[in-house]
Amino acid sequence: MKRFSAFLAGLLFGLGLLLAGMANPAKVLAFLDLAGAWDPSLALVMGGAIGVALPTFALARGRRQSWLGAPMQLPSRRDLDGRLIGGSLLFGVGWGIAGICPGPALVLLLTGHWQVWLFVVAMLAGMGLHATLQARAGN
Amino acid sequence: MTLDWPAFTPWTALAGGALIGLSAGLFILANGRIAGISGLLGSLLQRQGEGLGEKGLFLLGLLLAPLLWMAVAGAPQVRIDAGWPALLLAGLLVGVGTRYASGCTSGHGVCGLARLSPRSLAATLAFMATGFLTVFVLRHLIGGAP
Repeated sequence: MKRFSAFLAGLLFGLGLLLAGMANPAKVLAFLDLAGAWDPSLALVMGGAIGVALPTFALARGRRQSWLGAPMQLPSRRDLDGRLIGGSLLFGVGWGIAGICPGPALVLLLTGHWQVWLFVVAMLAGMGLHATLQARAGN
Repeated sequence: MTLDWPAFTPWTALAGGALIGLSAGLFILANGRIAGISGLLGSLLQRQGEGLGEKGLFLLGLLLAPLLWMAVAGAPQVRIDAGWPALLLAGLLVGVGTRYASGCTSGHGVCGLARLSPRSLAATLAFMATGFLTVFVLRHLIGGAP
C-alpha cells in the first residue's frame, strides 16, 4: 500500500507539472524573464501547490505516524548555513540557464526530447560530485 | 516589465499547482515523506537511507506521467532552446546546487514553504533571485539565450 501511494503521488506530481506548464522550459524561462515579456503563470503554480499542501502539512505536524503507519519524517532544522544558501544560489543559476529543475527533468525524459537526457546525465553527475566531495570532507 | 497576456495561463497553472500540492500532501500524510525530487533522487543515487522502494516508485510515477498525459491529451507543449553546452552546465549546477541546498523547487519551494520552514524560505528566495538574475544577464545583457 505504501508503494502504491508513493507511485500515485509521483504520477499526480508529474501530471500537475505538465498541466501547469512547468514542464515546458520555455514557459519557465518566460517566468524568470522579468525584464522581457513576462509570463507570471508559474507564480500561480506555486500558489496553487502551497495552498493545497499547507493544510496537509499542518495535519502532518500533529501526527506521529502517517496514515499507512510510517514514521512522520518532517525536517526539523531551522538554521541557515552557507551550504543551504550557496547551493540554492548555484541551483538558481542552472535553473535560469536551461529552465529545467529536477522534477520537470524527470517528467520530460520520456517525451522524446534528447536535450533532457543530456541535462539529466549532467544533473546526476552533479549529484555524484556532491556525494564524492561530501565523502572526502567526512574523511 | 511588460506582461505577456496571451501566454498567461492562470487556470491551468493554478490547477496544475493544486495537483502538485495534492501529491505532496498525499506523500506526507500517507507515507510520511517529503515530496522533494532532488532529495529523493539523491538518496536513491547513493543507495542510502531506508524506503528506497517507495522513493523509487514515486520517481517512477513521475517518469510515467507523460505517457498517461500523451495517451489522453496528446503531446505536451515543450520547447527547449538551450544548446548542449548550456544544458550540460545547467544540469551540473542544478545537480550540485540542489544537493548542497538539500532541496529544490519541490522540496523547498512547495513542501518547505507549505510547512512554513525558514530554511526553505531562504533557499527559495536564493534560487529565485539567481534564476531571475541569470535570465536577465543571458537575455538582456549578453543577448540571446545560449
